[in-house]
Amino acid sequence: MEKAQRVIDERKIRTSKKVFNPGPARSTAGNVVNFVFLCIVGAFMVLPLVYTVCNAFKPLDELFLFPPTFFVRNPTLDNFQNISVLMGQSWVPFSRYIFNTLFVTIVATVLHIIAASLAAYVLEKRKFPGAKVMFKVVVLSLMFSAAVTGIPNYIIMSKLGMIDTYFALIVPYIASSIGLYLMKQFVSSSIPDALLEAARIDGASELKIFASIVMPLVKPAWLTLLLFSVQSLWGTTGNTFIFTESLKPLNYALNQIMAGGIARAGAGAAVGLLMLLPPLAVFVFSQTRILDTMASSGIKD
Amino acid sequence: MKEAATLSKEKQIKKDDRKLFRKALRKNWDCYVYIAPYGIIFLTFTVLPVLISIFFSFTYFNVLEPPQWIGLRNYQNLLVNDDVFLLAVKNTMTIAIITGPVGYLATLMFAWFINELKPVLRAIMVTIMYAPSISGGAYMIWTILFSGDSHGYINGFLLNLGVIHEPIQFLTDTSWMIWIVIIVMIWMSLGAGFLSMVAGFRTVDKSQYEAGYVEGIRNRWQEFWFITLPSMRPQMMFAAVMSITAAFSVGDQTTALVGFPSTDYAAHTIVNHLQDYGGQRFDMGYACAIATILFVVMVGLNELIQKLLSKVGR
Repeated sequence: MEKAQRVIDERKIRTSKKVFNPGPARSTAGNVVNFVFLCIVGAFMVLPLVYTVCNAFKPLDELFLFPPTFFVRNPTLDNFQNISVLMGQSWVPFSRYIFNTLFVTIVATVLHIIAASLAAYVLEKRKFPGAKVMFKVVVLSLMFSAAVTGIPNYIIMSKLGMIDTYFALIVPYIASSIGLYLMKQFVSSSIPDALLEAARIDGASELKIFASIVMPLVKPAWLTLLLFSVQSLWGTTGNTFIFTESLKPLNYALNQIMAGGIARAGAGAAVGLLMLLPPLAVFVFSQTRILDTMASSGIKD
Repeated sequence: MKEAATLSKEKQIKKDDRKLFRKALRKNWDCYVYIAPYGIIFLTFTVLPVLISIFFSFTYFNVLEPPQWIGLRNYQNLLVNDDVFLLAVKNTMTIAIITGPVGYLATLMFAWFINELKPVLRAIMVTIMYAPSISGGAYMIWTILFSGDSHGYINGFLLNLGVIHEPIQFLTDTSWMIWIVIIVMIWMSLGAGFLSMVAGFRTVDKSQYEAGYVEGIRNRWQEFWFITLPSMRPQMMFAAVMSITAAFSVGDQTTALVGFPSTDYAAHTIVNHLQDYGGQRFDMGYACAIATILFVVMVGLNELIQKLLSKVGR
């Protein structure tokens, strides 16, 4: 009797130590149902992407099979070679399109992260007239889509002489509102006031505090801003702002290939994969940091 | 006499306020330097465009001639004379009313379900669920899956099973189009709000759960309802903003899936209508009136939902 009691006690201690799966609230049946359900939904979510990957490696005869097959049987790299052949014929070299997209993405991302961190830091940690209004407007701007501002944006850009230059793609993104929003919320949750106070007492200048204390501490948020900027800039076609062929981004050129229809189905499939990979890679490699940042993303009333 | 005294006192306070304000400005001048790079661009490309758009909506403006003030005529035409706009409103509402709430609930549910998994599995599942939103143009894939010719996987699958005997023209048949758009929108609905919720579940204080077990929480439903949900309010509000904004800005997806303009305008949305007048007919005043209506609806609905959500668990 005593022994049984001890076993029960021990089990209680053991279960209470578990953090992720605490005793009374979890049933095995529930876990199994949950997992099976997630797998079914996960299949729905991921199938189109698996399809993209498979198609990119399918030889032409497999692409046109009827009934269509899902998975690739004889994977080849023909489709990718096709892209480079097609692109070799175009009068703007393929590498130029790649450079355009890389240049726009990298420059806009770096400037966006710097500008958003600077603004987020003072908005959160300093009190000055206008700070609250400014942040309210930023939150408000999360609530409508870019379609609303499209026409005036074009007019403003043409007045500033930015049409048909890289600036048209880079400059507006620097002040993307979701970046500032996430950065400010992250600064608020991850940088204690006491730390900044201590640095000020030591005689550090504001710029020094920002560069050597704030910036290193908000690194997880950099990655999050990077994810969102790669998501929106890697796929940009720039077709409303850029008319010079040699300035056009990669996605524009790739869309041209896709528009070739059936004759370009193989190359088109490879293109789909190219557009998908960079943002996916960013997400996979920085998921933990991104979730750290998103934990503070809530709207506090 | 007394009145004069209070008046002068008020004046004094006002003067003091202004002095304090100026002092605050002078003391914090460097803040404005820090905020300037972001602030100036933000004002130029987000705030100013909204104001310009509202102004143009009261004018006739075709880009070549200077805008002419015509008062409310654009709005009158939109609401009374433009059948296609009303159809676009109806389509947008249909899409938003279904994909908004379904997408939002899916965001919450899947974030919760995923949170129940072990860390490695959880990381994989988060990637899988978020994958559709990762690449901006990933929804293009659905045009091939739903295609009406022999490349259409779904038609091929159904033909093989013998469910149908001739392919369904999913992307041009007016009774199917809007549903295809809705399916794809739901597929894409786990975006930034989803990440916020997944992260939110992990930040709930563990000691709250332990206290809950002592007080008799029996299963995960009770745990979710009584402990998790109330402490997730900020993330839920953020996700709501993301869901509503996405649901109302559907436009590029319809263009990619069913073409522009779609057959009989059966999947024409407000954003499509805006693109039609702004990008093709160059009736900018009219297009700006559409944009203004869209802006008011989005912001109004967002504010309303925020008010409702702020009451959750209170």
